[in-house]
Amino acid sequence: MNNNPVALVDRSLYFTIGFSFFFLFAITVVMIWFVVRYRRSRNPVPSDIRGNGWLELAWTVIPTCIALAMFVSGWQAYMGLRTVPDGAMEINAYAQMYSWIFVYPNEKETENELVVPMGTPVKLIITSEDVLHSFFLPAFRVKVDAVKGMETYVWFYPDREGEFVFHCTEFCGTGHSSMDGMLSIVSPEAYQAFLEEEDDE
Amino acid sequence: MEPVRSFFDTPSPSRYSGALSWLLTTDHKRIGLMYLFVILFWFVVAMFLGGGMRLELMFRGRTLMGPESYNALFTLHGVIMVFLFIIPGIPAIFGNFFLPIQIGTDDVFFPRLNLLSWYLYIIGGLLALVTLFIGGPPDTGWTFYVPFSVGTQTNVSVAVFAAFVLGMASMLTGINFVTTVHRMRSEAMGWLQMPLFTWSIYATSWVQILATPVVAITLILIILERFLGVGLFDPARGGDPILYQHLFWIYSHPAVYIMILPGMGVISEVITVFARKPIFGYKAMALSSIAIAVVGSLVWAHHMYTSGMSDTAVFVFSLLTFLVAIPSAIKVFSWVATLYKGSILMTPPLFFSLCFIYLFSVGGLTGLVVGAAGADIHVHDTHFVVAHFHFTMFGGTGFAFFAALHHWWPKMFGRMYDFKRAYWAAVLITFGFLLHYIPMFILGLQGMPRRYYDYVAEFEAGNFVAGFGAVFMLVGLLLMLVNLLISLKRGTLAPSDPWGGTTLEWKTLSPPPLHNFVETPDIADYPYDFTDVVRDSSGDGGGV
Repeated sequence: MNNNPVALVDRSLYFTIGFSFFFLFAITVVMIWFVVRYRRSRNPVPSDIRGNGWLELAWTVIPTCIALAMFVSGWQAYMGLRTVPDGAMEINAYAQMYSWIFVYPNEKETENELVVPMGTPVKLIITSEDVLHSFFLPAFRVKVDAVKGMETYVWFYPDREGEFVFHCTEFCGTGHSSMDGMLSIVSPEAYQAFLEEEDDE
Repeated sequence: MEPVRSFFDTPSPSRYSGALSWLLTTDHKRIGLMYLFVILFWFVVAMFLGGGMRLELMFRGRTLMGPESYNALFTLHGVIMVFLFIIPGIPAIFGNFFLPIQIGTDDVFFPRLNLLSWYLYIIGGLLALVTLFIGGPPDTGWTFYVPFSVGTQTNVSVAVFAAFVLGMASMLTGINFVTTVHRMRSEAMGWLQMPLFTWSIYATSWVQILATPVVAITLILIILERFLGVGLFDPARGGDPILYQHLFWIYSHPAVYIMILPGMGVISEVITVFARKPIFGYKAMALSSIAIAVVGSLVWAHHMYTSGMSDTAVFVFSLLTFLVAIPSAIKVFSWVATLYKGSILMTPPLFFSLCFIYLFSVGGLTGLVVGAAGADIHVHDTHFVVAHFHFTMFGGTGFAFFAALHHWWPKMFGRMYDFKRAYWAAVLITFGFLLHYIPMFILGLQGMPRRYYDYVAEFEAGNFVAGFGAVFMLVGLLLMLVNLLISLKRGTLAPSDPWGGTTLEWKTLSPPPLHNFVETPDIADYPYDFTDVVRDSSGDGGGV
C-alpha cells in the first residue's frame, strides 16, 4: 500500500533527526573551535562585537523555514495515522487494569492477544473500563489513549506476517509494565480458522 | 579605614543573632542562601531516588524493589525534582541573591513576603516528606493524571497539597521579583541596560504569576474530587479526564519555561564574562526571553497528541510548538557567536556552560521530534521523551544551575573553590549523563514506554548501560558538592571581581555588605562593556 503511515512517520523521524544531527554537529564544532582559537593566552584582547543584524535575521528566518518543514512532515504523518482507509476491519478493544480485551466482528473475545489477517487494514476502536491506558504498537507506529466513556481509534495496515508486541503506555498502576500483549498477523485462511475456533474459557 | 562588614556579620533585622538572625531575616542574600541549602538537600534526596530507579531497571524482573516502591520512587523523584529543585532552583537562590544587586538596589520590594515564601517552600517540602511515611507514598507520577489519581489508595491528597503550597511560594516570589524590577531598579538603569540574568528572571516571574494559579486550582480540584466525589474529571461520574490534562498542562508546560529561562540567563552572564566580550545581540536575547514566555504559554497540549483530543487541536499545538523553538535557537546561536573573537578563559563555570550548550541543543532538537505530530505518536510516553526532557531540564537547567553555583560561589561566600576537583566533577557528570540518557533515546525509538518497572528482553542492553551512566553521574555530583562545601573552610579568599565581570554584582565586595554596595554604583550605558576590564587586566591573562 503506497500510503502506509509507517513510512510517513519514519520519514518525519528521519527528516527531523537528520537535521538535528547536522545542527548539533555544526554548533558543537564551531563552539569548540572558537574556544580553542580565541583562548585568552592566544587572543588576549577581545573584539567588541555587539551583534549583526543580517546574521541575526538569517538565523531567525532559516530555522523558521526548516521548523515549518518539520511541522509539515509531522502533520502529514499524523494525517496518515488518522485517515482510516475504506474497507478497514473494525475490532473493539477494551483496556482494564491490567489487560487488553479484544472483541472481533463475530463477537469472539481474546485477552492480550490480537489476531488479524494480512492485507486488510485494521481499525481498533478503543475505550477503557477504568483509568487511562494507552495502546502502543511500536512496529506500526500507532498509539492512542484509552479513556473511559470515550472512544478513540488507531488503524494500521498488516503488511507482513509475524508477531509484534504491544504495550500500555499511560501509567495505570502496579501492573502497568506487564500490561502488554502480542499482535499476530496471519494469513486470511488462518484468521478464518481462528475466528471459528471455540473460546478457551 | 574600617573594613566593611559582609552581610554574614550584619544581621537584618539587627535585633536577632545566631540562628534567629537567619530564620527571621529579611535580607534577600540570607534568604537566598537559606534556599540554597534546602534546595541542595532536596536535590540530593531526589538524585538518590532517581539512582535507585535506574539500578532497579538495570536487570529484568525484580532487582531491588517491587513495583509499588518503584512507582512511588519515580513519582517522588519527579515531584521533588520539579517542584522542589528545578522550578525554585535558580530564581529562589540566585534570583534572590543577585537580582537586587544587578539592578543596583539593596533588597527586594517585599522583604517579609520573601521570607514567607521561604517558609511556604519549607512547609511544602515537609508535606512531600510526610507522604513518604504516612499512608503510602503517592504512585501516580508527578502529573497526577485522573482518574487514576482519584482512585488510588495512596497518599495523593497530601502530595498534591504539597505541590499547591509550593506553587504559592513560587507565585509570591514571582510577584516580588516583578515588583522589584519595576520599582526598585536604579533610576539610572533603563530596561535595555538590565543584565540578561535579570531579564530572564523577570520574564520567568510573569509566567509564575500567570500560570501557577491554574495548577493550584486544578490540584485543589483533585483533592475535592477525592474527598467529595464532585465528578469534574471522573468519567464514572460524568466528568472529563482530558479536561484535567488541559488544566494540568496549561501550567505545567509554561512551567518548563519557568525552569529553563533563568538557566538561559545564567549562561548569558557566564559566557560574556569568560569571553570578555559583549553578548551577541543583546536585544534579541532579551526579546527572545519574552517571546519564549509568551509563546511557551500557548503550547501546552503538545503533551496530549495521543489523549483523544481533536485533530484540529493537534494541528494548532504542533505548529505553535515549532514556533517556540525559534527563540531558543536564537539564544544558542547568540551564545556561540559571543565566543567569536572573544578572549576566552576556561574556568569551571564556563566549562559547565559549554556542556549546557551542547546538552541543551540535544534537548531542544529532540524537542522537534516530539513536537512533530506524527513522529510524536510513536515516541510519546516512551523513554525517548524521558531522555528528551532530561536533556533540557537536567542538561539544560541543571547544568546552568551548576554553572551559576561555580560562577557566583566566590561572590556569595567570598571563597574560591578548587578548580581541579570542579573540572573532574564536571567531566564525570557530563560523561555519566551521556552514558545515562543516550541509551534512553534508542530505547524510546525501539518502543520502551516510560514508567515501566519491568520490560521485554529487547530492552535489556540499553537499560543495563544506562545504569552505569547513573553511577558516574552520582559520583560526579557528590564530588562537585563536596568540593564546594570544602571551599567554605579551606578556600582562598575571593577578590571582589575574580572573573572580570561588568554587571553590578562584581562592583561590590565578596561577600557583599548588608546593603549590597558601599557607595552607589555607576550604571553603564550598556551592561556588557568590557573595555575597562580589558584595560585593567593589562594583558596578564585576566583576574584569575
